[in-house]
Amino acid sequence: MPDAHLRVFRGDSSTEGRFEEFDVPVEEGMVVLDALHWIQGHAAPDLAVRWNCKAAKCGSCSAEVDGRPHLMCKTRLSDFDLEQTITVEPMRAFPLIRDLVTDVSWNYEVNKTIQPFTPPTDVPQEDWRWQQEDIERVQEYRKCIECFLCQDVCHVLRNHETERPFMGPRYLVRAAGLEMHPIDQADRREYLKDSGGIGFCNITKCCTEVCPEHIKITDNAIIPLKERVADAYYDPIGWAWRKLRGGDAESGARAELPVLQGNPPQTDEAPD
Amino acid sequence: MPDLTNLETHAHDVLVIGAGGAGLRAAIEAKAFGADVGLVCKSLLGKAHTVMAEGGVAAALGHVAPEDTWQVHFRDTMVGGKYLGNPRMAELHAKEAPDRVRELEAWGAVFDRTPDGRILQRPFGGHSYSRLAHVGDRTGLEMIRTLQDRAVALGIQVYMECTITQLISGADGVRGGFGYWRTTGRPVAFAAKAIVLATGGTGRAYEVTSNSWEYSGDGQALAYEAGAELIDMEFVQFHPTGMVWPPGVRGLLVTEAVRGEGGILRNAKGERFMWKYLPDERRAEYAETDEEAARWVTALSQGHETDARRPPELSTRDNVARAIYTEVKEGRGTQHGGVFLDISYLPAETVRRKLPSMYEQFKELADVDITRGPMEVGPTTHYAMGGIRVGAETGATTVPGLFAAGEVAAGLHGANRLGGNSLSDLLVFGARAGAAAARQASSKDAQPYLDPVQLQGANGALAAPLERPEGEDPYAIQRDLQEMMQRLVGIFRVEADLDEAIRQLAELRRRWQVVKATGGRAYNPGWNLVFELGNSLTVSEAIARSARQRTESRGAHSRLDYPASDDATWNGLNSVVTRAADGTMSVSATPLPQMSDELRSLLGGEH
Ligand SMILES: Cc1cc2nc3c(=O)[nH]c(=O)nc-3n(C[C@H](O)[C@H](O)[C@H](O)COP(=O)(O)OP(=O)(O)OC[C@H]3O[C@@H](n4cnc5c(N)ncnc54)[C@H](O)[C@@H]3O)c2cc1C
Ligand code: SF4
Ligand code: SF4
Ligand code: FES
Repeated sequence: MPDAHLRVFRGDSSTEGRFEEFDVPVEEGMVVLDALHWIQGHAAPDLAVRWNCKAAKCGSCSAEVDGRPHLMCKTRLSDFDLEQTITVEPMRAFPLIRDLVTDVSWNYEVNKTIQPFTPPTDVPQEDWRWQQEDIERVQEYRKCIECFLCQDVCHVLRNHETERPFMGPRYLVRAAGLEMHPIDQADRREYLKDSGGIGFCNITKCCTEVCPEHIKITDNAIIPLKERVADAYYDPIGWAWRKLRGGDAESGARAELPVLQGNPPQTDEAPD
Repeated sequence: MPDLTNLETHAHDVLVIGAGGAGLRAAIEAKAFGADVGLVCKSLLGKAHTVMAEGGVAAALGHVAPEDTWQVHFRDTMVGGKYLGNPRMAELHAKEAPDRVRELEAWGAVFDRTPDGRILQRPFGGHSYSRLAHVGDRTGLEMIRTLQDRAVALGIQVYMECTITQLISGADGVRGGFGYWRTTGRPVAFAAKAIVLATGGTGRAYEVTSNSWEYSGDGQALAYEAGAELIDMEFVQFHPTGMVWPPGVRGLLVTEAVRGEGGILRNAKGERFMWKYLPDERRAEYAETDEEAARWVTALSQGHETDARRPPELSTRDNVARAIYTEVKEGRGTQHGGVFLDISYLPAETVRRKLPSMYEQFKELADVDITRGPMEVGPTTHYAMGGIRVGAETGATTVPGLFAAGEVAAGLHGANRLGGNSLSDLLVFGARAGAAAARQASSKDAQPYLDPVQLQGANGALAAPLERPEGEDPYAIQRDLQEMMQRLVGIFRVEADLDEAIRQLAELRRRWQVVKATGGRAYNPGWNLVFELGNSLTVSEAIARSARQRTESRGAHSRLDYPASDDATWNGLNSVVTRAADGTMSVSATPLPQMSDELRSLLGGEH
């Protein structure tokens, strides 16, 4: 088999980055992450890349391959024309740490602002009975492996379009999983509207397209949440009533989201 | 070498090293006891091995089989472990697992449901009843996310992408840890009144493994260096079904749930070979014909009761792994050196719903549609039954102030772990270790003082590979180690190979002592590997020496030169590895803890 030609971003936040080229011997079934491991083992031992499971289960190995967001452990070299050079770059929405590794800590900070699972206090757990079909939707949201590829492609985050922070598709998925849990009691709508910035999403569906877990982020999570939020604001009486019923569970309504710093990888060369 | 005058130092009542299921559960419990907790992990939060677990978590909830009780779970665990497990641990585990699983549900986990709306349980090898609570085949993801969210909600301080390279001790036991930030390479120290190690397993020492780069046995090696005892190190679980093709995915796990849902193993000649390999004393528990096994699968998929017995594929892992290895060795393997595992005779829709991530994994990585044809599988290094010796009630190691839980600790699984018993182990003993560590911390007033000489030593060791002008390439040493362990200390072992392995390990260590890392400190995997490789060498030596000492075959440890179990000599004896005063590794054996009469009667007087 011919060699694959990889063009890999190298650099850190303090310097101008550059692309380095490597010829990698190809084996059948090889994925981009295998090629990077070959480079580490034979040509550039300090090449920085995150990975753990190698099976699309942990969401560590996110990067942009030929300008498209991918999990590198399930991106097959055979999907590319090996005559052409394959360009591998870090995710652009997040500040660069080194090479293919970016600082995704902002996501973990956003997560902290979401009101966690809030079960009822007056129903004993023995009586929690849910049918499989009632939880299938919630299980879909919970398939998320936190690869942050959806955050990476969402134009609101990627282009730093808002002064006010936007929680991004990943955390709308998480919020949906909580809001639609059969027995969760909290009401996160004010939070979603005011702190989470759900209104910034204009339903471009880019997030859904890249989700490796095939979660229908826009249709199944964001749109239903938007409807719930709209309901609350156009049907204030119903909302107040539901809020009363929900007891005094905290809603996390006034949580402040951190600001996502823009410092994406810079090179003087345009990726081709 | 960065000087240590401004060393970044954090202090906590309890320091938990490792943020998989065991570490998170320990941190949550310690926090509940009022301790101030710090939690350190090498990867990002939520990426630990636990996230990859597929099949389920074992607990005698009795939702599918009301006859299931803790007593049966206890017995299955002891039998599966060939009576080498710590009986008290097996008892606590079986008794407490149901509460620990229900607790996850109370914290937001959404398990698959039975028709009457409760947590669904699936069958697995070696478990007498349908016992594994699960979420499709992504149970570990559900578990780690639930625990992670809980830990975050409780405000536990997490230090991500931070590697601990050495424990700092004093006359009174451990006092803290030294390590570095992977993102910057800068050193950092933690002072703590009690420490819980929850760093997982050792599989990276082998070439074919389901384990990630994290599994270099850091916790085992850190504890060993600090004077703790390791036990049962010869028992390495080779999971029977890893992927064998294409080469890049060799070793990736194919969950046992495939067999739990009815998957059939066949050799290249089309023979269902597992019939041949059922051990005589257990044969009565398995179906006798294809027809009976098929009835069992139908009953399972339709959720009704049956008098049919389980298929032979659900024998224990050690047995199935040896069977596959033997079939291939004797020339009945597939083109790529595996055997076939077939679930495609079930309706495609059932396969996709029950095994969604297996379906995806084969489709995306191997171009195989498992609803239409068989998978090719072979054994893969999967789990360490051995590890740090701990007390059953508290997870206390033999070093004061140091606790351990999860895969890094040993005792529950004996000579062979049953599938699903790890996730429950993490929960039960994670919680116990967290509570004990918090109690220990509350008995100390002042934060311990970290000895600057030890910190300097750790700092120097960290810097050395970058400062050497030239030396060995860490990746090359790792490749040689993995190839050697796979060849000489694999599924079947003989004395001559083990002697050779011990000799080669000494040589590999000599090369490791002059290893050279290139590049800087910030996010440098080659440099980071040096430390991990040192730990892999330590645990590999412990595995090889323990395997050499045990002159019998038992559970996952199979000796070609001693093919039978030798109850007269070895029954009830665990191997122990310690660091001798001169720094060399010493191996001995110790009797199992005593079993109460109640537990003994549960084993039916068998032992
Ligand atoms: C593919 C796969 C499928 C599995 N399926 C099942 C299943 O269905 N059921 C079941 O019961 N078991 C299963 N297992 C086994 C089970 O998943 C593991 O045994 C278990 O998750 C180990 O959990 P742990 O908490 O001990 O360690 P882990 O989850 O591995 O966590 C270890 C933690 O320690 C950290 N760490 C390690 N070294 C250091 C260091 N030096 N400094 C700082 N931090 C460190 C790591 O970063 C990580 O956070 C499976 C295993 C694999 C690999
Ligand atoms: S649909 Fe909304 S969240 Fe998704 S990428 Fe578009 S704007 Fe972002
Ligand atoms: S929702 Fe999908 S794309 Fe977004 S982080 Fe989760 S798995 Fe990744
Ligand atoms: S390495 Fe886990 S998703 Fe790629």
